[in-house]
Amino acid sequence: MMTAEPPAVAIEGVSHCYGRRQALDDVTFSITPSTFAVLLGLNGAGKSTLFSLITRLYAIQRGRIRIFGRDVGHASSEALRMVGVVFQPRTLDLDLSVLQNLSYHAALHGISKHDGRARAEEALARIVLADRANDKVRNLSGGQMRRVEIARALLHRPRLLVLDEPTVGLDIKSRADILAYVRRLVVKDGVSVLWATHLIDEVADDDGVIVLHQGRVLTHGSVPRVLDAAGAEDIRAAFTRLTQATDAAIEGS
Amino acid sequence: MTVELVTLPRVTGFAPVQYAICLKGIVWREGLRFLHQRERFVAALVRPLVWLFIFAAGFRQVLGVSIIPPYDTYVLYEVYITPGLMLLIQLFNGMQSSLSMVYDREMGNMRTLLVSPMPRGFLLSSKLVAGMAVSLPQVYTFLAIAWFWEIEPPPLGYIAVLPALVLSGLMLGALGMLMSSVSKQLENFAGAMNFVIFPMFFASSALYPLWRVREGSLFLYYVCQLNPFTHAVELARFALYCQINWISLAVVSGCTALFMIGAILAYDPSRGFLARRGEPGGGA
Repeated sequence: MMTAEPPAVAIEGVSHCYGRRQALDDVTFSITPSTFAVLLGLNGAGKSTLFSLITRLYAIQRGRIRIFGRDVGHASSEALRMVGVVFQPRTLDLDLSVLQNLSYHAALHGISKHDGRARAEEALARIVLADRANDKVRNLSGGQMRRVEIARALLHRPRLLVLDEPTVGLDIKSRADILAYVRRLVVKDGVSVLWATHLIDEVADDDGVIVLHQGRVLTHGSVPRVLDAAGAEDIRAAFTRLTQATDAAIEGS
Repeated sequence: MTVELVTLPRVTGFAPVQYAICLKGIVWREGLRFLHQRERFVAALVRPLVWLFIFAAGFRQVLGVSIIPPYDTYVLYEVYITPGLMLLIQLFNGMQSSLSMVYDREMGNMRTLLVSPMPRGFLLSSKLVAGMAVSLPQVYTFLAIAWFWEIEPPPLGYIAVLPALVLSGLMLGALGMLMSSVSKQLENFAGAMNFVIFPMFFASSALYPLWRVREGSLFLYYVCQLNPFTHAVELARFALYCQINWISLAVVSGCTALFMIGAILAYDPSRGFLARRGEPGGGA
């Protein structure tokens, strides 16, 4: 007999509509614990909607989402404890200091002031921003703000980190730094990561990939499997081929 | 081959101390934000003081106020409108924190709050408590300045009015929160001023006793009677003179409960206006 951990995220048959517009259509995929999975899709593919469902901002209309076996719909509190979120728009309080932002997040998770402060200081040391702890967030650069947001998302020690387009609007160096930092979290701390992006060059060879296009999952699996499915040489060609085939099929119908 | 899923240790519920930490954190953040917006504090004080120093002085001769409860003697017009102005502060504060929720949601701060694993009803109630808590020092600062203007309620009245202000602060905050979830028009402050603040303030007993309104228009009199703001003002007016206006207490308590339930339902993801309002990022 083999024992296996439940998937970090299991999404089964999830559909979502805004009025008449269907944003997600029967989305199904799962992520193996302690791996880095890239949710690849153009703007408007439905990535942010999926994130809002995973984090219970919106109720699930159809289908089921489980985080390490906990149902987001029925055991949302248990499920949410295991998730750290970095949203696409900045969600830090610009007028408060870095430390105050982190302390607020700790309080929202019921972590005591003393413990929260210790965790915040440790987190800031890890992202090399310890000396900026008392600076207003407003005075940080875009890349630094993102790092603080990631540190904040990890403060309650979640096992799953979900990030929605975390590198948008950052310069090349900040992008590379943040990507490398999050990849290290997977390797060193065993955190599971769902990384949504439209930037194909952020995919590495040993990542899991989910291609989301117009609310549907076109393919998912390891990079070789995705290349196989598309009959392509590299991930960029695979993505283009898969999405164009879908667009052509939609136009033809 | 059978594959057995490893069950993770269950972590359910939160200890009372964790709820307390969460509430304290939310109130603390609201307080910090308020301290950072110094213009907001100044504006919150200047508004009622203009009414008190200028409007009331001008109308002192025109509008005589007869002896009506809770006053046991003729009072100056300034004294009469003081409770209304205290509530005006809370009304603006309630609308401002509701608009900050709209703004927060766009900036994403509301998301930070709502993805906390704490129950959503608790998170939103804490947010209301925080907004109300911020209104109290504003009202008491106003009362302190008014004291120099010879508005001197009995010393005990300053304590007695506190529970009334807590209740009315929650009611007005909940109303604002409810509005922020349903209406898109109120996303700018001018909209809130025209459609909520002015009508609520003027169609109430804040500026003139209702028996005078009745002499002018019976219809308006009934509108004022139905306006929860009237009852919030009366509750504070009586409390400031160490008395209880039971009808007002009942109306304000009822409205507070009603608006709070409404606001919590409106932000419930399954019933949610939140999802109906639009796509992630508050329409972004």
